[in-house]
Amino acid sequence: MKAVTWRGVNDIGVEDVPEPTILNGHDAIVEVGLSATCGSDLHLVGGYIPAMRAGDVLGHEFMGTIVETGPDVTRHQVGDRVVVVSFTSCGQCWYCRQGLFSLCDNGNPNPGITEALWGQAIGGCYGYSHAMGGWAGSHARYIRVPYADQGAFPVPEGVSDERALFASDAAPTGWTGADLAGVQPGDTVAVWGAGGVGQMAARAAMLMGAEQVVVVDRFENRLEQVRTHIGAETLDYEEVDVPAELRERTGGRGPDVCIEAVGMEAHSPGPAHVYDQVKQQLRLQTDRPTAVREAIYACRKGGSVFTLGVFGGVVDKFPLGAVMNKGLTLRGAQQHGHRYIPEILERMSRDEVRTEHLATHVMSLDDGAKGYRMFKEKEDGCVRAVFRP
Amino acid sequence: MAGTSHRGDVASRVVRVGSTLVQQVRSTLDPASAQPAGGHHAASGWLVVTVFCEPDRLDENAPPGPLVELGDRIEVRVRPAPADKGVELAARLRDRSARANAPRRLSGNDPQAEVRSALRRAKQLVEVGEVLAVDPAPHGERTPTPGGTLLEAWTRKAPEGGVL
Repeated sequence: MKAVTWRGVNDIGVEDVPEPTILNGHDAIVEVGLSATCGSDLHLVGGYIPAMRAGDVLGHEFMGTIVETGPDVTRHQVGDRVVVVSFTSCGQCWYCRQGLFSLCDNGNPNPGITEALWGQAIGGCYGYSHAMGGWAGSHARYIRVPYADQGAFPVPEGVSDERALFASDAAPTGWTGADLAGVQPGDTVAVWGAGGVGQMAARAAMLMGAEQVVVVDRFENRLEQVRTHIGAETLDYEEVDVPAELRERTGGRGPDVCIEAVGMEAHSPGPAHVYDQVKQQLRLQTDRPTAVREAIYACRKGGSVFTLGVFGGVVDKFPLGAVMNKGLTLRGAQQHGHRYIPEILERMSRDEVRTEHLATHVMSLDDGAKGYRMFKEKEDGCVRAVFRP
Repeated sequence: MAGTSHRGDVASRVVRVGSTLVQQVRSTLDPASAQPAGGHHAASGWLVVTVFCEPDRLDENAPPGPLVELGDRIEVRVRPAPADKGVELAARLRDRSARANAPRRLSGNDPQAEVRSALRRAKQLVEVGEVLAVDPAPHGERTPTPGGTLLEAWTRKAPEGGVL
């Protein structure tokens, strides 16, 4: 079958690869309907997460149709239209039973790598390096889904493929950030990053009762999407001083909740960006935490900062003094989608969550390299390139 | 096979090669900067996983299959975890005369590697009823590179390595 593969740093290929087979009783095989590029893929493409091998199939955000099930799958049948959460989680360990699905003890067959990096292993993720399990990704005609009863969710009638697709990763990641950051009715919430995840975090915060939600980015087409499709306010960080604007909008307090949805390749117009770029290229830090720093400084005393963007290792000039002295709650997580996807799909069916606008460029797998290039370079206003196998 | 390249790749790679050199020098001057946290072993030699199950599900005299396979080479300990977190299942080699350093433990090249793997598989069997398999996973051409060869070797041993 055809698949979009990682060939090397900034080198995307389209190759013929073997079709997946059932290996465990709880597996299903899904024929992929749509599969999205994600901002976190760019960390793999750019070589910032050095655990990819040439030939690895990319993609972790997808929906499709179940075409085969293992003998222990009980909740799904062949022909079911499903959206699949990007994390592989068993649903049975203590972490899964607490609703902390991305922390699953059993979903990563290569636990030694992330234990060495972080002290503990977390669950696996499709198409996201051998550190995260070595699972083949979804930019292919078929994908194997382990723990299918846990990770695949039926798409309600009336919810389009294009909408359901983003219930796989962008929307539940946004929900994870807003929920675990502790958004309360009446809060002011600031979100750094107006990509798919940032937009969904903003929408989640609004649905959780936030009174004022402000999204920060520099790309006007994304900020326009936020205003039009999400209904939140926007700030262009190349045009204004973000902390000053946020103070002005909050009576000098700062936002109650600050959600960082940017990750390890953050950009800023100031000298901090040059500093972080140099240190990252010299491997004196692995990640650029520019947006996290700003979120910490902007947050109100006693407020909550959530790192939702993907980080891999260590950062420099981290304002721990501000975290401690301002009494901030600092938290982060990969998505616990199993916990939020049923609610998201229900809200999608009620038109409370709309995501089709994120799929600005839909193309075939043959255009894999073009899709990633457009997505990375933001060509033609690309917010997400989506592949239809 | 189709591909793409980007401006600045060559310069970026040159910088990265240089930076790797800088990192190696820095690691030599300051070993703590390259030391993964938690890579050392407990003095007792016990390796422990917490299994989310009822306390009567595990018996140290009749441990799960992967531990039985190690026979008399290991001893097994079972005790309840606090706050309903399940059962702490521990195993250690009877002969603990050979001790490995942190890099060997993390990469699964130490005498306890098979105990570590057996504990993980035992936990999965009790909690899920199966041991998760990932290979064979679909993939394209594996172009041989030094980095790829190193990663393949680490991945092959990853089920047996780590801080457990």
